[in-house]
Amino acid sequence: MGDSIISIERVSFQYPDQSDFALKDVSLHVQRGEWLAIVGHNGSGKSTLAKMLNGLHYPQAGHVTIGGLELCEENVWTIRVKLGMVFQNPDNQFVGTTVQDDVAFGLENSGVEQTVMKERVLTSLEKVGMASFLNQEPHHLSGGQKQRVAIASVIALQPDIILLDEATSMLDPLGRDEVMETIRELKEREGLTVISITHDLEEAAKADRVIVLNKGSVYTEGTPQAIFQMDQELLQLGLGVPFTVKMSHLLAEAGLQLSKRHFNEEELVKELWTLNFEK
Amino acid sequence: MDIKLREVEYRYAAGTPFERLAITDVSFHIPSGEYVAIIGHTGSGKSTVLQHLNVLLKPLKGEIEIGRRTIVAGRKEKNLKDVRRRVGIVFQFPEHQLFEETVEKDICFGPFNFGVPMEQAKKRAREAVQLVGLPESVLERSPFELSGGQMRRVAIAGVLAMKPDVLVLDEPTAGLDPRGRHDMMEMFSSLQKKNGLTCVLVTHSMEDAARYADRIVMMHKGRVYKTGTPHDIFRDRDSLTAIGLDVPETVRFQRLMEAQLGRPLSRLCLTPEELAEELSRMRRESL
Repeated sequence: MGDSIISIERVSFQYPDQSDFALKDVSLHVQRGEWLAIVGHNGSGKSTLAKMLNGLHYPQAGHVTIGGLELCEENVWTIRVKLGMVFQNPDNQFVGTTVQDDVAFGLENSGVEQTVMKERVLTSLEKVGMASFLNQEPHHLSGGQKQRVAIASVIALQPDIILLDEATSMLDPLGRDEVMETIRELKEREGLTVISITHDLEEAAKADRVIVLNKGSVYTEGTPQAIFQMDQELLQLGLGVPFTVKMSHLLAEAGLQLSKRHFNEEELVKELWTLNFEK
Repeated sequence: MDIKLREVEYRYAAGTPFERLAITDVSFHIPSGEYVAIIGHTGSGKSTVLQHLNVLLKPLKGEIEIGRRTIVAGRKEKNLKDVRRRVGIVFQFPEHQLFEETVEKDICFGPFNFGVPMEQAKKRAREAVQLVGLPESVLERSPFELSGGQMRRVAIAGVLAMKPDVLVLDEPTAGLDPRGRHDMMEMFSSLQKKNGLTCVLVTHSMEDAARYADRIVMMHKGRVYKTGTPHDIFRDRDSLTAIGLDVPETVRFQRLMEAQLGRPLSRLCLTPEELAEELSRMRRESL
């Protein structure tokens, strides 16, 4: 398959003392430079998958290849440099007492030279729009700002892939937009590959491609437009659908004429008008 | 049980160089049995207000009436146990507070410490798991082997087992998947309607505030910016955007539709269901 930066081939994983598989015979590929959203209900296996991509778990069957390297104990440290992770809780990932110390922490651990480190800390913080906060204490920042610093810490290590594990779920709506916008800019400018693991549908809707996980298996995949056409099916999987899709569904049920489940708000308004109200 | 705040002020680290004004001149009324949503941007003082509702924080100015009890700034308050039992707070990520070996023990911890005999506490635990939609078999299990959503329900059951009159919820659905979120919000709504609980919801979700609340309190920079019914609050988009909030998606969509139609709808719709119904009615009338 094309230019895959991550290949997951028939991977299974089971936690000790659990009768069900957390991941069962999962195969998927991530293309270099794409934005892939992985969605699924709580317990669908998406967090297990995230942990596996960062070598916190190893597959019990099958293979994971990241940037050409097989995921195994020997390669895990190289892989962790290629793939940076941003976690859910902004408060759980701060180690430094100031913003710049925090970003420097990862660089220090990878033995980056002092002068290079200073420059990288600054440029990374510039890229996420946090350069004016260098000496601020992290607990004075908003949730969105904290997550942007976490992203800066990750990109300072110059990864090829950035993995967001429910990275916006604890933020308020503005913080969420702030973080998603930062990621979008980074992806475009730096050519990063982005994987976002989420159950926020509006977030998934921004991706190039969506994979739906259910009970540890890949249920389906496609463009956001295609995925959200399945609206009732997604609801049955414990997922939701974006607002305009839901609105389309309710309008159709209420007897209004619509050609499809709309994904774009303006298109929905236009069609509602032309098929129902225009004289 | 009514709660009334009158000109409440609170400062963190008062009297130190780090003193910071968190809320000031906060007055509002939570009538018994109502569902009140508190909305506001991060840092607007929502959480500080919330901690006053069962006197985890005491006002530095003003007073709070909680049922028959009045907490006055500067006065030593003793025996707050009853107030704390009657106002149950579900904090953000309440599952982080689970600690016991079994779900039953965890739920019993609260009531037992408030003096309920163990046998009765166990009975309450059984009722509470039912209220939050978990099977009774969960009582014997360790809370730590449950899923995130189930753990959250157990933690909420622990608060319900104290039989509070007022349930205070701080972002209770953060981190849950859409179905979990919906089920949990419906559960609180039914507790309010069927069991007569007063609900206070702190939320970032304008959709939830619009759908469930009887009354909304808008906070901004430590002050009450505006209070009113969801209709009052969401009719006025400018005052929301001025403080970094916005109308629910449904209202935004209604406005787009009105622009296209060239005239306003006959009423402001707060949920997608209402809006679909209204548009369908309009279409029938225009035929």
